[in-house]
Order: sequence, then C-alpha cells, then structure tokens
Amino acid sequence: MSRRTISFTLNGRPVTVEIGVHQNLTEILQESFGLFGARESCGQGLCGCCTVLVDGEAVTSCLSLAAFADGAEIETVEGLGDGDALSPEQEAFIETGAFQCGYCTPGFILMTRQLLDENPDPDEDQIKHYLSGNLCRCGAYPEILQAVRLASEKRKAN
Amino acid sequence: MAETSTTTVGRSYGRMEGRAKVTGRADYIYNLRLPMMLHAKIHRSPISHGRIRSIDIGEAAAVPGVHMVVTGEDVKTVLPEPYYGPAFHDQPILALDKVRHFGEPVAAVLASDPHVAERAARLIAVDYEELPAVYDEVEALTSEAIVHEELKPAGTFADLKHLSGKRDTNVALDFHLRLGDADRAFADAAHVFEHTFRTQQTMHTPFEPMVAIADFGHDRVTIHSSTQGPSFVRYEVSRLLGWPESNVRVRTGHLGGGFGAKVYIKVEALALALSMLVGRPVRVAQTMEEQFYTITKHPNTFRIRSAVDADGRITGRKCEVWWNGGAYADIGPRVTQKSGFTAAGPYDIENVDIDSTALYTNRPPAGALRGFGIPQLVWAYESHTDIIARELGIDPVDFRKRNILRNGRPQAVGTIVKDGEFETVLDDTARRLGWDRPFDKGSGTKLRGRGIAIGFKASISPTTSSAIVSVNADGSVIVYCSTVDMGQGSDTAMAQIAAEVLEIPLDLIRVVNPDTDVTPYDMSTLGSRSTFHMGHAVRLAAADAKEKLVAMAEEVGMPEGTNAPLPELFVRKFGMRAGTIVGTANYKPDYAPTDPETGLSSNATPFWMIGATGAEVEVDTETGQFRIERLVNVCDVGKPINPAVVETQVSGAAVMQLGFTTTENMIIENGQLTNPSLADYKIPGFFDMPDRMENGVIDAEQHNGPFGAKGAGESGTFGVSPAIANAIEDAVGVRISELPITAEAVFRALRAKAGAPLEEE
Repeated sequence: MSRRTISFTLNGRPVTVEIGVHQNLTEILQESFGLFGARESCGQGLCGCCTVLVDGEAVTSCLSLAAFADGAEIETVEGLGDGDALSPEQEAFIETGAFQCGYCTPGFILMTRQLLDENPDPDEDQIKHYLSGNLCRCGAYPEILQAVRLASEKRKAN
Repeated sequence: MAETSTTTVGRSYGRMEGRAKVTGRADYIYNLRLPMMLHAKIHRSPISHGRIRSIDIGEAAAVPGVHMVVTGEDVKTVLPEPYYGPAFHDQPILALDKVRHFGEPVAAVLASDPHVAERAARLIAVDYEELPAVYDEVEALTSEAIVHEELKPAGTFADLKHLSGKRDTNVALDFHLRLGDADRAFADAAHVFEHTFRTQQTMHTPFEPMVAIADFGHDRVTIHSSTQGPSFVRYEVSRLLGWPESNVRVRTGHLGGGFGAKVYIKVEALALALSMLVGRPVRVAQTMEEQFYTITKHPNTFRIRSAVDADGRITGRKCEVWWNGGAYADIGPRVTQKSGFTAAGPYDIENVDIDSTALYTNRPPAGALRGFGIPQLVWAYESHTDIIARELGIDPVDFRKRNILRNGRPQAVGTIVKDGEFETVLDDTARRLGWDRPFDKGSGTKLRGRGIAIGFKASISPTTSSAIVSVNADGSVIVYCSTVDMGQGSDTAMAQIAAEVLEIPLDLIRVVNPDTDVTPYDMSTLGSRSTFHMGHAVRLAAADAKEKLVAMAEEVGMPEGTNAPLPELFVRKFGMRAGTIVGTANYKPDYAPTDPETGLSSNATPFWMIGATGAEVEVDTETGQFRIERLVNVCDVGKPINPAVVETQVSGAAVMQLGFTTTENMIIENGQLTNPSLADYKIPGFFDMPDRMENGVIDAEQHNGPFGAKGAGESGTFGVSPAIANAIEDAVGVRISELPITAEAVFRALRAKAGAPLEEE
C-alpha cells in the first residue's frame, strides 16, 4: 500500500501529513489529526455523518480519497465558532434541541452553514431539499428545520 | 406546568451534553483508540445453515501485517464454554461446528492496520456442508430444518428452565395466557372475526455502529463498549471468565443511538476472547452492513380472532403469535412473554386466550427494538379492531371507546389498571384530528382517508436500579448511575431529579458516564424503564444525601431548616473545603410472578405506557402511491420530567416507526440478505416526513412514579403502522395486512379489489 505526503489547510492552519493512497479523508482526520467530528457511519456517502467542507463545498469525507485533499482548504465542525463562542448554526441546534444522539449533528451543522452561505433565507422546501442527503436515525427532522430557520435569523442579526 | 410545586423537574432544559454534540467532541466509544490496540475484522458465513468441514486460514495468515487469525476452536483455548446470551447460552463467540445464519461470524483477523485485517479476512476459505434452512416463523414450527439440536436456557430466567435439554424443536419458548372462557365467548358470539397479519424483518441502524474494545490483563479486564447495558455485559463477561464481577470493568460513553440494538451482550464477547488470545487491546468495530447480521427486529405472524356481541362489545379474543427470533435467542423469549401478554390490545375483554411462541429460524438474530414486540402486536390488533368496526358499521373511535380498558379494570394478564389513561389518549387523538368534523374524502384518482390506532405496553418487571449521589465540599454534585444516555436525554432528566431533591441549580450537577468500576448496578437502559426505575433510585439517593446534610448541619450547630450555603456547612464540619457526603439507593418495584398455568399475574407491571396515532392519507388510485398528509401522535407519559425532550422522544419514535411501516424491509432472496446498506434499506429522510406532524402528551400523572413520571421512549411507535393502514382502507377500501405498506402493495390490493389482480412475482 503506497504512501505519499500531502499538505492542506485544516481549519485555517497549514498541515502536512503522510497518508496511504487508499485512505479516505475521514480516516486521516481521525487517525492523523484526532478530529472525530466527521465520522463514518454508513460508509457509502448516504448518511452525511462524515460531512466536511473542502474548498467551501460540503463533501462526504468517507468517499473522498485523502490524496485529493492535497492543496485544499478543509473545514470540519471542530473549526466552527470563534474560540469559546459557538457559531450561529451550533447555537441554533442547541437552542432548538435539534439532535438526540448527536452522531449525525456535525454533518447537519456543516450542511446548514453551506446552505445559509448560498441562501441566507431559505424556505421550508429549500431546506428539505438541501439537507435531504443527510439522515438522522433519531428522527429529529422537525427540530432540525427549526434550527435552520433560527440559524438563518441569527446570521442575519449578526 | 402551573399546578406543580417542583422547580427543576417538569421544566424543559436542553441536553446537558449539547455543546459536546454540536462541536463534534461527544465521547462515543467508536472514536476511542488505545495504545498497542489491534483491529479485528470478521469473516462471516455466506450460507444460512451448514456444518463447517474445514477452515483454511493459510492465505489470510500470510498477509503481511496480520497479527493473528482466530477461529472458534482458538476461542475455546481461552474460553472452554464460549457461548453467550441473556436468555439462552446458545450463541458461540465464533461459529463452532455449524453456522446458523448468513452473516454469522466464523473467524476473525487481527492487525494494527484495519485495512490489512479486512483484506485478510476475505482470504479465509471455509468448506461447508450445506443444510436445509428455514426462514419463516410459521414454517419453523414443523420444518425439518432444526436450528439448534438442543435448547440451552441461561438459567437467568426461572420460566425458561423447563426448556433445558429439549431436542429437535425450533420452539424457543411458548407462553400461554388463559383468562375466562374464550371458547364459550366464541360459541355465544353474535359476530366472529378472524384475520392474520404479518410484519417484516427490520434493523435499528444506530449511526454509531456497535463497537467494543477489550483490554485483558491476567486478573483484570476492561471493556469499552457502546452498550446500553454495562451491568449485564459485566455479568456475562464475569460468567464467561468465572471471575468475580469486581475484576471486570465495563464502561461506555454517549451512544450514537441504540434503540435496543445495544442491549445485553453483542460484540463484547468476541472482543474479550480476542484480547485474551493476544494480550493486547482489541477493537471490534462493526460497519453499518455488519449490524444487519447482528441483531434485528422480530418479524411475526399473528392470527387474531374476536367474538363480538350484538352491542359491539368484544367478549372474547384468541391470539396466536409466532415470533421469528432468528438463529440465536438473544432476548426474544422475553419479547414473547413480556409483550405477548398484551396481545389482545388495550380493551376490556373478559375472555382471552393468548399463545405466543418464539421460534428459531436461519435469519440473523432478533431481539429488542424500540417497543420490544409491541408495534408488531399493535399492527395486528388495531388493524383487526378497525376491520370489525367497519364491518359492523360502527365508527372506529366509537367502537374502541365501547371496549377500551379503564382504570380499575383488569388487563388480560389479571393486573388491575392504575394510571393508564387509555380513553383520554384516544379522545385526545380524535380531537386533534377533528374526528367529529366532516372529512374531505378527495375525488377522482386522489382519494383521502383517515385512521386511528392505540397501543400499550407494560414495563418489563421486576428490575432493579441503583444510584449514588455524592455532594462535594463546594456544593457541587455528582450523580453516579449506569443509565446510558443514547440520545433520549436521561443524563439531563437524572440531573433534574437530583437538583430538585437537593434544591440546587442544575448546572452544579454532573452525571457520570456509566463505568461499572464507579457507577452501581442497573438492569439496563431499555424498555423505557429508566425514567421510572433510575429516576426513583436517583431521587432516593439524593434524598439520602440530603438527610445526611441535615444531620451534619445539626451536628455543627446550625439552626434547623438553615439555608446556609453547602460549602459553609462542609467548612464547619471539616475545618476546610474537604469531605464528601454520599447518598445511595436501590430501587425495585413490587411484582407478582405470572402463574405458570394461566399466565396471569396480580401485579405484572409498575406502570403502563400508552400511545395512539391518527393519520390522514391521500392515495393515488392509479399507482398505489400514498402520501401521509398528517400524523398525530399522542401519549400518556405521566408527568414529563423534561417536556421538550419528551416531545422529541414521541416524535422520534413515530418517525422511526414510519420507516418500519412504509420503507424498511430486510429482503432475503436465495438465502442471502440483498440490502444490508442504507442505499437499499431505506430509513426515513426529510422527504419521508408527513406533510404535517403533531405530537402531544396528555395531562396525566403516574402516582407511583418519580414526580409523577413514567417511560416515554417507545410509546410514539405504537399506533403508527395500523393508523396508516386504517387510513388507507378508509380512503380506497383495501386492507393491507403485511408490513411494509408500499405503493406496490396498495396497487396490488387495488387491482385485486377491481377483479384484475396482478401476477405474483
């Protein structure tokens, strides 16, 4: 299994790491950087638990070869917020109780962030469409809808 | 909650671990890595039933980086009796002599690199002599395929002992209940109805897959596991090892979902054996696919018959339920009995026969899944009840009200109902639906209908919870309990209870993650039992601590009823910020065992859980496609400890059951599971949500519960499936009797009704 060295920006900091060419991005984030916010669940890019932002675009990191991260800007849930302050999306998920077990939550939060970057004031149908690639087995969908609306308000107020 | 005098209990708080969850830092065991740890990957059986002739590990062992390849025979060198299970000791850690279901673990490969282990696991070659297999629970009654040559009950449950040594049967337990004289009721009936209903095999799919890391030392083992029942894992591991429980430590973090998949013992036994063999920590982490081979929800067949008098009163009911338990019993026999006794439904029926039978088949094992068999029963009895009402020309809500169980009356098991607000739940569901108002039935090819269904559950009994509440010298408090927070919000609820009793703010309280070295015994986090049982234990332990604080205040000369801050009390007593005050409690509700002959008990459960659902659907008569326009879920949960969290439990339970109703189905073809992945096994997403969903709890109180509360995690599942089937019949006049309810099933029924049935596949 051949190896190579890649460099990328991780949550705003430049990093260099040796990877196996067969390894996916989830695995590298976990094993080389100790970041477990992106997590593998279905292993097929269907649940969205492994969502990270690559050059500002949400991807399923369990289906992304780590090698392709070379030169990219990667943002994970751990990079959200400012020091001790949570991001508006994170605050909104807490305030609306938009999770139960929390396993899928980082993925939903990152998708919400990207949605609101593109469309600051989405309607219900737009939210559902945008988040339909993420699954929540606890069934917190009604609260997640509320969270996205609240996050939208919070961002507009800032 | 204006009428309550509590300050913390009964109010809505966000989950205590909320910040950890939104920042990605929650401590799931799946994220744990230990120094020197090896990864295990499992080689699984490709066939459903067969004898193992030989296992060739040569090629796998030769893969560079492989530390060890392990078979069932290797496991026997460290654990001579390597069988586990809560009800029967029937499940080998790795297959021995035989495999009994596709996906059964046959061998394991250990390596530092999980990719190496995975590749090598595929290179193991097993030669099987294939045996006839049985997949259907009714066929299993008479099939020549026998899954287990001899039954091996665990001895934990007294009522299974008589099965010991039984041979040549697939019946793992038969439970019988006899109340009154059902034969007489049927002979005297004005109307008799009979229907058969079936449910499919489904899976919990917790998003944090099952995982355990075992770390074995010569007289000590630690198991890190995403388990719902650390105390049971400790019990079973100590039994396997022949060790005192104090030498076994089982700890967990927050769980990424459980739903019953992670109760009792699952991957922990294999992790234990592997760590014993190599003397290093071993991680057994399943993939989503592997979970489908590990534990599932029972498919069942339920033949139900009712005797009804001329006034629309149900006078007798006969229930025959066959539970498809798969290849290993897990907790299936408990489902058969503890849920079986509610099979006649939430009705006041004086003559009831119930025969509930657990069967072994060559499917993956079935166990507990959010409702413990209840949703399968409600599917049948509420579909059946609805058909009766329609055939008798009685409004379905009115028919139910004529027969509904009321407080002060005995349920079929012989236990008098207390604090079971069946009628209020039914009325409230009907009220929210606007049942009395005219309903738009649609027109043309888009027809609308509505349906209602109500179900109930007893709490598994008797079970025990223990808790420790310790007060630090600065006045902060730690709650030690083995209730596992898998997303249901139990940590927050337990903290609220402790805060209430100790009269301190919630943010001074921490609830420790279960760790059997630290947190005392709890039966398990299952069956919606924790709020009631652990809630009481925490309440009593907090009261015990408070009593000691009062005594200490008196001792140091503070006036009675002092409101001096706690830190001052500790300083006066110990001369500085020092010392700990510890309160403890065990809680076990009263219980009367069931009579072995009649199956009756005067006290079968400490509380009843009740849930009803109302549904409005629109059916496209040209395609069978249907849309759930509205879903109303109403439960009796007593007085909620945390109303906002309880509402999300009701809602989440209904959404999960919606999946089991319309899309989820483990499809077996030619002895293979064709869809063990979220690509083909469809769980609910945003677009599967009803157009409108409304969840509510009725104003109620469980008088023997902690602060009037009782369990709430499962009740939202009960009524969903039959409410939708009943609404579809209301819309287009066809009855679906088998889950899942798909557009194809509806279309086939429409064609059959029109006299032009489609060919079977």
